This record gives sequence, structure tokens and C-alpha cells, in this order.
Amino acid sequence: MLTIKNLQAKIGDKQILNGINLEVKPGEVHAIMGPNGSGKSTLASVLAGREEYEVTGGEVEFLGKDLLELEPEERAREGMFLAFQYPVEIPGVSTINFMKTAVNQIREHRGQPALDAVSFLGLMREKMKLVEIDQSLLNRSLNEGFSGGEKKRNEIFQMAMLEPKLAILDETDSGLDIDALKIVSNGVNKLRNKSNAVIVVTHYQRLLDYIVPDFVHVLYKGKIVKSGTKELALELEAKGYDWIKDEVSVA
Amino acid sequence: MSKDNQVLEELTSKEYEHGWTTNFETDSAPKGLNEDIIRFISAKKSEPEWLLEWRLSAFRQWTKMKEPTWPNVTYPPINYQDIIYYSAPKQKATPKNLEDVDPELIKTFEKLGISLTEQKRLTGVAVDAVIDSVSVATTFKETLGELGIIFCSFSEAVLKHPDLVKKYMGSVVPVNDNYFAALNSAVFTDGSFCYIPKGVRCPMELSTYFRINAANTGQFERTLIVADEGSYVSYLEGCTAPMRDENQLHAAVVEIYAMKDAQVKYSTVQNWYPGDKEGKGGIYNFVTKRGLCFGDGSKISWTQVETGSAITWKYPSCILKGDNSMGEFYSVAVTNNYQQADTGTKMIHIGKNTKSRIVSKGISAGHSQNSYRGQVHIMKRAEGARNFSQCDSLLMGDKCGAHTFPYIDVENNSAKIEHEATTSKIGEDQIFYCLQRGIDEESAVALIVNGYAKEVLNQLPMEFAVEAQKLLALTLEGSVG
Ligand SMILES: Nc1ncnc2c1ncn2[C@@H]1O[C@H](COP(=O)(O)OP(=O)(O)O)[C@@H](O)[C@H]1O
Ligand SMILES: [Mg+2]
Repeated sequence: MLTIKNLQAKIGDKQILNGINLEVKPGEVHAIMGPNGSGKSTLASVLAGREEYEVTGGEVEFLGKDLLELEPEERAREGMFLAFQYPVEIPGVSTINFMKTAVNQIREHRGQPALDAVSFLGLMREKMKLVEIDQSLLNRSLNEGFSGGEKKRNEIFQMAMLEPKLAILDETDSGLDIDALKIVSNGVNKLRNKSNAVIVVTHYQRLLDYIVPDFVHVLYKGKIVKSGTKELALELEAKGYDWIKDEVSVA
Repeated sequence: MSKDNQVLEELTSKEYEHGWTTNFETDSAPKGLNEDIIRFISAKKSEPEWLLEWRLSAFRQWTKMKEPTWPNVTYPPINYQDIIYYSAPKQKATPKNLEDVDPELIKTFEKLGISLTEQKRLTGVAVDAVIDSVSVATTFKETLGELGIIFCSFSEAVLKHPDLVKKYMGSVVPVNDNYFAALNSAVFTDGSFCYIPKGVRCPMELSTYFRINAANTGQFERTLIVADEGSYVSYLEGCTAPMRDENQLHAAVVEIYAMKDAQVKYSTVQNWYPGDKEGKGGIYNFVTKRGLCFGDGSKISWTQVETGSAITWKYPSCILKGDNSMGEFYSVAVTNNYQQADTGTKMIHIGKNTKSRIVSKGISAGHSQNSYRGQVHIMKRAEGARNFSQCDSLLMGDKCGAHTFPYIDVENNSAKIEHEATTSKIGEDQIFYCLQRGIDEESAVALIVNGYAKEVLNQLPMEFAVEAQKLLALTLEGSVG
């Protein structure tokens, strides 16, 4: 589904990604871990097509297409979703209105007719249950005055609405208490199936108890320096990142 | 008012020196402005003598006035002798009903999305349409008539309801109020008149559409709304103009007179031609709009969505004379390319416990300049007056400008005044957030801008709000990226 080969990217003069290789197949969950500033959010942004980041080398194939050739909105319409680490506020625009615009533009791209108000509301109700989100939150201006947890839950609600092929969750667990973490993870798990995939970016292994990864990768200084199974996450939890850093500097 | 009349009389009682010699074959006046032109306009409209004199007096005052230079706008000097002051679409006779109206005109209105036919009944909007200088047809007259509501063209009101017109015209915006108001008073060609009797709640939105069609034509319409005690009316005004290279002048006057406990809501969606991308052409929109809350407990509310015009100079204002009266001003002004807007409001608190609320949302893009200019004046007698002002500016790109000029005068210490102002930019991260959800850039900008302007758009009647949203998006098309 997603094949990243030797991906390099910089912002301004600062080289951040230094040759990333990653292969994600349908049905899989990959976790990307790593110390602060190692380039996890940058990788997510580059995949989503954020303009500030300049790709300086490498290739990315997504569902048979050259991802780097696609505009950000085309990537989204092809089925890529990014749950932001820091979701932005859009005053005066409710989540409902926002999602209605998004859903219908994606449908148009797929040659489907726009959803009428009734069908849209039906879809919304169904997805609201999935992430246990209240309609009053969805009526408010997008992310404005939301608590950290509400923002993250709202991101997963949007994921549920858009049913992406590949979802990248950037630190969706940060700022969530344990109950919210369970609800959000539960929602993500319910959305999983054989034909979609999830990349979870996280600091903590705690989330991986709920969204169980098939593979765990450690990103350090813009490179994947170690890959393994979920046991690697436990090891990182126990030992911290220093042994990885040591291993890298030795090599 | 009686003092004004005295002055008027003195000025107009002079012997007329020019004589009426020119005999125009056409339905247009020749270019230029002089007393003969004014006589021509007045004669064309078969006006009573008192109105001709009123016009001539206004003209004489205008010639002594200077064009204002304080607005934050620049434009080459206007040659007032190079403008046609009267242009009527050619018609055989005055239309009695819709069937008599030139089908070409009806087509024009249909292109504008205004159906003059009785279909409009379904949407509950009564329309008075002014094209160039003549009010073409007014729908729903009968329905409204049963309630005693008068809604007709200004010219018709002059002939059929002269007492009302005579009494209230110029009572809110005196002839010599400002340069453009004086010009309008001299040459105004048509407009709308509306009277809501005591205790009547107007059951439908009343609506006027203005359109400048002919080249080199100025449009000088005049609107007068009189709301008698305890009445209510919601009034809509829309405007458009075709694309032309040369600039065209639009100098309107709108007067609202609200008696005790009357409420008037006046909404405008202004979409005059703004000129092209290089700033060529477009309408100069110099408008005087003012409401007088004359009676206690009266309320006047202005809502405007300004997207068009090359230059906008406009300050819909409220004079809060009655105790406990209230004025509101909700505005969205969008400028793109080389447009310039200097707009805002004046709230003059005279009566006790008067309240005013100002919500202004400016949006600037391209090379445009967008200024908010607002005055809140609390007079001595205005015990317990309150004002709340919120002035926000949104910038798109770094070549445009946003300016705020708030003036506050307080002569009574019991007044409470709150003023908030913000300036923000449409964030790259806001747009990226939308793109990432599959929304294209144009729609993203439209979404963000409409969200920003929501508090004002919410004030508009439903069908206008939808139109306004589309207009905002259209105006800003191509202004990012
Ligand atoms: N917009 C930016 N401008 C400059 N440096 C940036 C920018 N975004 C990220 N960086 C830098 O790139 C590195 C990687 O950041 P990031 O991808 O956010 O790391 P992570 O998500 O792993 O914590 C950091 O050193 C960060 O300071
Ligand atoms: Mg990060």
C-alpha cells in the first residue's frame, strides 16, 4: 500500500529526514517511535504533502501512485489521513460543516453524488457512537476552546467519517487520560479491516497495549535505526532510547 | 427640520435665471451637471415644484462644497461634468403592470436572479428594482397595501404620497450633510420608498435591487424608510453592475426614520463591479446611509456585506435620539486586487440608556486596502449609554493593508464602552488542515472566511446569507497560493 524508499526531506536549510525506508501492507499496523525531535511529525507531514518541507530525495508509492506527485488534497482523496499532533482551530466553522465539505469533495472525486442532509446526519450519528463523541462538540467551532483530549477525539471522529486507506496518527495518545485513550483506541480498532492500514506515531508504549502493532520502528535523527515487533516497544519502555543512540553511534 | 426648510426656502426663492430651453429627444440627459440638467430630471419625472426647488437648492449648496479627502482611499479626480445624470431604459409609457415592462429588462433581472413575477410570492420577497435611474416595477404592492404598507419607487411616492415624502426626506440626512449627499439630493433619479404604519409587522422581506447598466452613467438613488410606532420591517438591498473599463459613480442616500418602539433591519449585499485585476474600471461607491431612532425604544440594525466596488466610502450610522433606543452595525467588507474600502459606522448616543453594537469584519487580499472607520459619540444627555465594538481584520497575503480608525467621544461619565480589535492572517496551517481532509484550496479559503464572518452573516435573512457566502468565495477566488 505504501512503499517509502530512501526518503529525504529538509525544511529551510535543515535536513530532517535522512533516508527513510518503510513498507506498509494492507491490514497492518506500524508503530513509529523515537525521541523528541527525531523527525516523526516531519515524516507524517511530508507524506501528507505539507509544502514547507522540501523532499530532497527518495520515492514514495501509495496505492500504485507516485505519492510525491500528488497535491495534498489529492492524497487525502486517495485515502490518506493524518490525525494531527496539534490540530488547528478554525473559528466559526463547526466540525459538522467542515466534515460535510470534506466528505462531499471526496465523494465528488470518486464520482459519487453529494450526500444529502439526511444521509450525512445518519453517517455522522453512526461514527459519533464509534468514538463516543457528543454532538454538542461537533456543533462548536472546530477545535476552538477544545481540551487536548477533545481535539484528539475529534481527529479520530474525522478519521471515522472519511474512512481512509492509510491513517497516520501523530501522537494521538498525548493529552489523553486512560479512559479517553481506551475510547480512542477502541474507535481506531473498530475502523481497522483487511484493506486499510494504520501508522501510529507515539512516544509511549502505553497506546500500543490498545492498538497492537504488527511492527515497531525506531526513528532517530531522521532515519529508521531499528525495526522489530511489539516486543521492541516494551524494550524501549523499559530501557529508554539511550541504548539505541549508543548502538547507532557505535555503528 | 423646520429650520432646514427655512434655509431651503431662502435659497430657492431666487428668481430662476436659466430658462428651460433644451429639449431632449432621448431618454438620456447629456453629460454634465447644471441647473438645466436638474430641471430636465425633475421634468422627466413630472415632479411637483417644491421638489424641483429642493433639488436646485441642494445643487447650489453642493457647488460650494468640497469633495472629502479624509477617507483612506485614493483615486484620480472625478470630472463631474463627464457623467450622465439621467438615463432611463427606453420605454413607450410608464408600465402599469409586469406585462407592460420591456422583456429585455425582465431578462436582465432574471440574469441577476431576481424574478419579478409573482413567483416571488413563494419566497416572500417583495422587490422594487431600480435599473440605471428608473424604478421598473414593484411586486406585491397589493398584498402590502392591505396592511397599509407603502412600498414603491421614490418617484411614485413623490406623486402619490407627497406629504410623507416632504415630511421625512432630508430629515435624517440633511441636504448639506456631506458632498455626496448634496450631489444626490440635487440629481437623485429614483429609489425606493417604504412606509410601515403604526403597529404593523411587515410580513415579508422588502427588497430593492440596483443595477447600473448604461455607460458613463451615475446612479443616484434615494431610499426612504419610515417606520411608524411599534412597526417592524426587514429591508434588503442588493446591487450589481456590468464590467466596464471606465469608473462609474454611485452616490446613494438611504434614510431610515424609526418612531417609538419601531424596528428596522436593513441588509445590504453590495456587489458592484470592483474593476479588473489591474485596478481598471469599477464603481465608485460613495453612499450616505443613516438611521434615526427618533422614538423611545426604537431600534435600527444595519447589516452589510461589501464585496464589490473599486472604492467604497460608506458609514451606515444610527442617531440614537429616543431613550432606550438601540443601533446595530454588522459588516463584512472584502477587498481584493486593487479595491479600496473605507467603511464603518457612527453611533451617536443622544437619549438615555441608548445602546449600540458594532461588529466589523474586514478581509483584505491582493493589493487592496481595507479600513474600518467608526465613531461612537456619547452626548451629555445620554445617561447610561452603552457601546460594544468588535473590529476584526483578516489579511490574506502581504501586499494588502488593513487599518482601523476608531473614534470615541464621551461626554457623559456613566457611559460604558467596550472596544475589541484583532488582526489575523489566514494561516498556512489552517489551509493545510483543510487540504489534508480532501478540501481544495478555494473551498478551504471560503470555509475559513465564512467562518470568520459568521457572526455578521448570521444576521442576514436566509436566502441572502447563502448568496453572501457565495459572493465572499467568489471575491477571494485565486487570492491565495
Ligand atoms: N517548521 C520547522 N522549522 C524548523 N525546524 C523544524 C520545523 N519543523 C520541525 N523542525 C525540526 O525538525 C526536527 C524534527 O522535528 P519533528 O518532526 O517535529 O520531530 P518529532 O515529531 O519526532 O518530535 C526537530 O529538530 C525540529 O526542531
Ligand atoms: Mg512530533
